[in-house]
Amino acid sequence: MTSATARPRLSPKVRLRFDRQTGRSLLLYPERGLELNKTATEIARLCTGEWTIEDIAHLLARRYVDVSTGEIKQDVHTFLDTLARRGLLQDQQ
Amino acid sequence: MTSEYRPYTLIAELTYRCPLRCPYCSNPLGFAHHMDEIDTDTWLRVFQEAEALGVVQLNLTGGEPLLRDDLELLIEKAGKLELYSNLITSGIPLTFERLSRFRTLGLNSVQMSIQSTRPTESDRIAGAPSFRRKLEAMHWVKSLEFPLTMNVVLHRDNIAEIADLIALAESVSADRLELANAQYGGWALQNRPALLPTREQVECARTIAAGARMRLQGKMEVLFVTPDYYSVYPKSCMDGWGRRFIVVNPQGLALPCHLAHTLPGLHFENVRQYHLSDIWHHSSSFNQFRGDGWLPDPCRTCDRRDRDFGGCRCQAFHVTGNAFSTDPACSLSPNHGYVESARSQASHLIGTPVLFEYRTGRGFTRA
Repeated sequence: MTSATARPRLSPKVRLRFDRQTGRSLLLYPERGLELNKTATEIARLCTGEWTIEDIAHLLARRYVDVSTGEIKQDVHTFLDTLARRGLLQDQQ
Repeated sequence: MTSEYRPYTLIAELTYRCPLRCPYCSNPLGFAHHMDEIDTDTWLRVFQEAEALGVVQLNLTGGEPLLRDDLELLIEKAGKLELYSNLITSGIPLTFERLSRFRTLGLNSVQMSIQSTRPTESDRIAGAPSFRRKLEAMHWVKSLEFPLTMNVVLHRDNIAEIADLIALAESVSADRLELANAQYGGWALQNRPALLPTREQVECARTIAAGARMRLQGKMEVLFVTPDYYSVYPKSCMDGWGRRFIVVNPQGLALPCHLAHTLPGLHFENVRQYHLSDIWHHSSSFNQFRGDGWLPDPCRTCDRRDRDFGGCRCQAFHVTGNAFSTDPACSLSPNHGYVESARSQASHLIGTPVLFEYRTGRGFTRA
């Protein structure tokens, strides 16, 4: 799942919604939920099957100019790994 | 910030009626006498109040929720409120058409139970012919692209089938498999001698489940819930009393867990009379076991008190007669001897035929 050319897509079981209580995003799936920070929310929104992991890292790098590209790539990989291990991604090569 | 007491999940017990009669049913004894279920409008209001309180997950359960003919309206409302709705069902009585309608109305996921991989055994445990229809219903769930959770309550008679149960879950492409050992409350406590597996059975099942979890990671989530009676420490029942869950039962009682109203001395408010948020914040019974002021010894000074909150109040009461005592499942409980003797009884009973007392709709006759 971590290959740079994979095009991650959220599994159909996942719903992303705004949480009025915290102002954060929640990623909901059967019996569980993850509270996402701002970066994770942006990554999750880009998991549409359209962008490769490399694209996602580039898109984020443009927005966070003060963070190194290496660090952003690392964050993207870590978060996507978390999703994949929980079965929340369908990847499309 | 996340509040210490915020309900994320509303467990809506729409009815206690059910076409099945499983002997480990955790609904209250005598449920069949409770016929005055709350109406559609009350449920719609409860969903709205729950969402305002912070609820994001909705479990539509029972009994058998399909027996409510307003289920469509309830699902539609949940969708409008952006609640993640899970239908927890036996799959009976269900048609493909009705399930498709649920899809259109915004239902998010379906959980279905199976009693055994052997059709005749599954039907015997359920107390009604159901196995084949359940399998068919699971195929409908997947063909409509719902996430499917397959749930199996494990006990002495089916725990040895664990590898076959996993294979069955794979064959129906379940997204999640819950292998949950029976919790000994309600009917299950009544039938405990017939249900409690031996330590060897539990260990063997746990090993097989752990292997499957590794093998299927990312594809199917495999969850194995150890029976309390074989754990060293108790579970954090409901994630702690009145912390994350709110149950509304068929009659409208708002509860921290679905058996809380069986505890003596506690009074629970009804959603017919009170706003859900009043109940959540101000009910003396919801506040009764919050925090650690109420904790007994040895919990009071235990390092684990923030993790398990003293365990299950209902189990404490039903075993020790005192809802304020440490959960007897805990090896540090002064009443742990009860659990030890249940375990040794389980190993003596192995191989003897099992007689279940079925939950029935007409009193408590022995099947």
